[in-house]
Amino acid sequence: MSRKVLLIEDEPNITEAIRFLLTREGWQVQTHAEGSDAIEVICAAQPDLVILDVMLPGKSGMEILRELREQDRFLGLPVLMLTARGQSRDREMAEQAGVSRFMTKPFSNTEVLTAVRDLHAQASRS
Amino acid sequence: MSLSEDGTARRSAARPPLFLERQSYRRRRLMDAARLLPFFGAALLVIPLLWPDQSDGADAVPLSSAMFYIFACWGLLILIGLVFGFAARRLSKGEGRASEGE
Amino acid sequence: MATLNMLILVCLGYVVLLFGVAFAADRAAAAGKGKWLRSPLIYTLSLSIYCTAWTFYGAVGNAARSGLEFVTIYLGPTLVMVSWWWGLRKLVRIGRSQRVTSIADLISSRYGKSNTLAICVTTLAVLGGTPYIALQLQSITLSFSIFAEADPTGLYREGSSVFWVATGLAAFAILFGTRNLDANERHHGIVTAIALESVVKLVALLAVGIFVVWGIAGGLTPMLDRIDASDIGQWNVDTSRWTTLIFLSAAAFVCLPRMFQVMVVENDDESHLRTAAWAFPLYLLLMSLFVVPIAVVGLDLLPAGSNPDLFVLTVPLSQGNDGLAMLSFIGGFSSATSMVIVTAMALSTMVSNHVVMPIWLNTQEGSSPVSGDVRKIVLIARRLSIAAIMALGYFYYRLSGGGAALASIGLVAFAGLSQILPALVGALFWRGATRVGALAGLTVGFVLWIYTLLLPGMEGGIIPVSMIENGPFGLGWLRPQALFGIEGIDPMVHAVVWSLSLNTIAFCVGSLLSFPSPLERLQGAQFVNVFDHSASPHGWSGSVAQSEDLMIMTQRILGTGAAQEFFQAEAARQKGREGRLPEPTPGFLERLERELSGSVGAATAHAMIGQIVGGAAVSVEDLLAVADESAQMLEYSNQLETKSAELSRTARQLRDANAKLTQLSMQKDAFLSQVSHELRTPMTSIRAFSEIMRDTGGMSDEDQMRFSSIIHDEALRLTRLLDDLLDLSVLESGQVSLNMLDGTVQGVLDRAVATALTGGERALALRRTRSAERITLYTDLDRLGQVFINLISNAQKYCDADEPELTIATHDIGGQVVIDFIDNGSGIPPEAQAMVFEKFARVGSDKAGGAGLGLAICREIMQRLGGDISYLPEQGGAGFRVTLPLAFRQAAQ
Repeated sequence: MSRKVLLIEDEPNITEAIRFLLTREGWQVQTHAEGSDAIEVICAAQPDLVILDVMLPGKSGMEILRELREQDRFLGLPVLMLTARGQSRDREMAEQAGVSRFMTKPFSNTEVLTAVRDLHAQASRS
Repeated sequence: MSLSEDGTARRSAARPPLFLERQSYRRRRLMDAARLLPFFGAALLVIPLLWPDQSDGADAVPLSSAMFYIFACWGLLILIGLVFGFAARRLSKGEGRASEGE
Repeated sequence: MATLNMLILVCLGYVVLLFGVAFAADRAAAAGKGKWLRSPLIYTLSLSIYCTAWTFYGAVGNAARSGLEFVTIYLGPTLVMVSWWWGLRKLVRIGRSQRVTSIADLISSRYGKSNTLAICVTTLAVLGGTPYIALQLQSITLSFSIFAEADPTGLYREGSSVFWVATGLAAFAILFGTRNLDANERHHGIVTAIALESVVKLVALLAVGIFVVWGIAGGLTPMLDRIDASDIGQWNVDTSRWTTLIFLSAAAFVCLPRMFQVMVVENDDESHLRTAAWAFPLYLLLMSLFVVPIAVVGLDLLPAGSNPDLFVLTVPLSQGNDGLAMLSFIGGFSSATSMVIVTAMALSTMVSNHVVMPIWLNTQEGSSPVSGDVRKIVLIARRLSIAAIMALGYFYYRLSGGGAALASIGLVAFAGLSQILPALVGALFWRGATRVGALAGLTVGFVLWIYTLLLPGMEGGIIPVSMIENGPFGLGWLRPQALFGIEGIDPMVHAVVWSLSLNTIAFCVGSLLSFPSPLERLQGAQFVNVFDHSASPHGWSGSVAQSEDLMIMTQRILGTGAAQEFFQAEAARQKGREGRLPEPTPGFLERLERELSGSVGAATAHAMIGQIVGGAAVSVEDLLAVADESAQMLEYSNQLETKSAELSRTARQLRDANAKLTQLSMQKDAFLSQVSHELRTPMTSIRAFSEIMRDTGGMSDEDQMRFSSIIHDEALRLTRLLDDLLDLSVLESGQVSLNMLDGTVQGVLDRAVATALTGGERALALRRTRSAERITLYTDLDRLGQVFINLISNAQKYCDADEPELTIATHDIGGQVVIDFIDNGSGIPPEAQAMVFEKFARVGSDKAGGAGLGLAICREIMQRLGGDISYLPEQGGAGFRVTLPLAFRQAAQ
């Protein structure tokens, strides 16, 4: 069974690192660096999990998440959100928007892997 | 140009009603009387000049009678003045100062 | 037998009592107590200074000589009093509303405040008053001498006693008459003292009368019989004298300065007239009730040839009734003293106000004395005037020898002062009366009075007998006592008829022929229509408005210049009135009201004009006070307005400052958030790859190399960010130290191009005009170079043309070096142009650059160097303009 993750992140080096980590774990990693057409990409890719940066060119991660959760079929889609701003207000906003896990950069690799595993396990169970 | 002419002309021009209330009417006539009083007094005091005097011999009016007449006139003027004084006070109290111009 | 010493003692005691009463009354009035001091009773009694020693003693003498003729002197005032409603009341109202200080003041004020008139009246009053004072002094001396004759032990010197009496009276008048300068000229002390004296003289005369009727004659009926049986027992009066004297005494009652003083000046309340109107005639009646009986009994009892003028004293003395004689003496003394004191006071007011003060003020011209000074001078002038008038009276008495000539002086004085009557009546009742008329009338009357009465009556032959008999220069028709050949008239009647009738004619003709000044007309309207002004409200229509008052009021509100301009314009608008005050037409009033309402508000302006024009129970002074107040309030409210404007300005500044602070705080938060983001992003990569390299065993060399170079790049990026932040913070705080050096634009550009293009992945073509770049600069060349590097590398990074090209154009424009950097890319979209110089502003998604602080740093640098950097829109690509003032360059040369 192929597990597919969609990584939406505009910082190429971070994308590179996460791709390396998840690929090694057996994930099929698809990346995207634009915010404006992120929803279409998600619809097209049908991922098992989405990793979403907050500060994206074109459209912020918060907006993408909000629009995503408006569609019933994405209600159960696990979304891991990453932000470099790290303000508590951002976390609250993300939780209201329906984030599954919220993480502040810089993160440790183990944290990301654990989060991805947990989210995927929860999604598979339900 | 006397005050009375001046005053009445102005007043009648300023006050439209043709007939006055009874009290105002009384007041006006009282003012008239007050104006006439000195002339009345002067007339009374000139009368003795018509009397026969010493030059007419025995017919002359005795001094005591003359005194009686003059002091009586005098007293009368005082009395009228007194009555008018009280009337004026009552009226001016009733009407305020507005009527005093008459 | 009463001794002379005892008499003097009683006299002194009485004087002390008067001083005490006057002093107490003054004290009470000053303390605001003593309401009874201002009662109608006191007013009535004070009026009785009309009854002088001349009437006290002389009435009996007169009766003994001419029967009932003496009552004429009392009947005239009685008629005046009963006509108070339209006569005296008006006089008192005017006197009070105009704050008149004397009859001279009233005449002068009515006829345009003419001082010539005032001096005329004053002269007349002094001329008539001085002999009158002498007459009083004589009566006191005569009464003393009666007692001296009866007391052989006493040492009596006539001359010295008169001197001391005169001195004492002067002292009393000075002490209580010139104590202070009351604005209303009221003297409660003196008025109360003379009221007391009035009671004393009435009681004295009544006591003597009762003694005579019931003590000597034995009752009323025997008395009447005795009267009829006497020499004067029949009705015998001269017709012409009877009417003339009634008229004359009536006129004098109003015109005498001392009567004017107590009746008008000292009047506290107009309504007192109502009581005085009957009470004063009653007083006169009582005073004259026993005159004939005393005269008749005196004629009977006393030896032929004894002076009938002193019967009041001699009758009780002859009967051995010393106490009564003493009382009678005190009565006469009271009559004389009260008259002298009030006359001296009234005359001194006139003399000092209309003669001394104008002269003094003229000599003081140039220097403007302060108010306190003037008050002191006025008081001194009054005191000196009183002393001078008393001295005049004294010397007149000494020179005339105190003979019988004085006895007739009372009526002569009456006739003299009556000359004021036409002008006075005209002042009150005829708006057309003018100053010229008044002057003409007064002069004619005055001259005729002197010529027909004063001079011929004087003994000692001032006018030769031949002149009286044949006329001057033999002109028969100019004979003083038979003018125009009309003979056989009583000299007094002759003088009064001629002087007063010619006076009146001159007054009327003079008034009709002359044209009054504006001030005269205004005063005339105010006098004649005093009741309209001060009592009942009318409309605007009454054209009795006071142009002068309006003018004064307007001046106080608008200021002198503006008011005069306005009034002149109005006068010009009314044809034929240029250079004078405008007529108060309704149109003018409306315009004035509008003008005033601009300053004090419409309602106030209307009310103020209404007060002056329509007249309400408010005096013009009050109005002017209101105007002053309004002006002050206006000023005050202007100040308030200024202050509140200041306050709101300050408040606005505070609000602005607060908004700025809030904005700064928000900017700071946003900045920190940005910095956090910019720091965390490279750190994330570094941490992730370093953990990968640490945790992953057996990694290929290729991977190892790639990951470590990423870590290296991100570390560099981090360093660059920190450098930029530090740089910016130093620039922003202003703590940067500039390293000023000489150099050329060309040199700086060469170095910048070399640095920027070194190691660049993309090619960038440069187009420069080297000839234009040879501009010498004196500035921080390294910092300027930093700006150039930034701009060039930006073009290198962001120019999206296929063959990127950067044009660097240097100009010298009006004292500024302008260097434009324009590339051939698509440029910065308009909505982002405003933001490019903000911190962390990045256009598009390009991450190749730094943290977005470059242009912010450029702007800071250029501002430190005294120049600027701006975005040049619509240049075909991204265009930046760097400007640098040449002042920096010139300073170096």
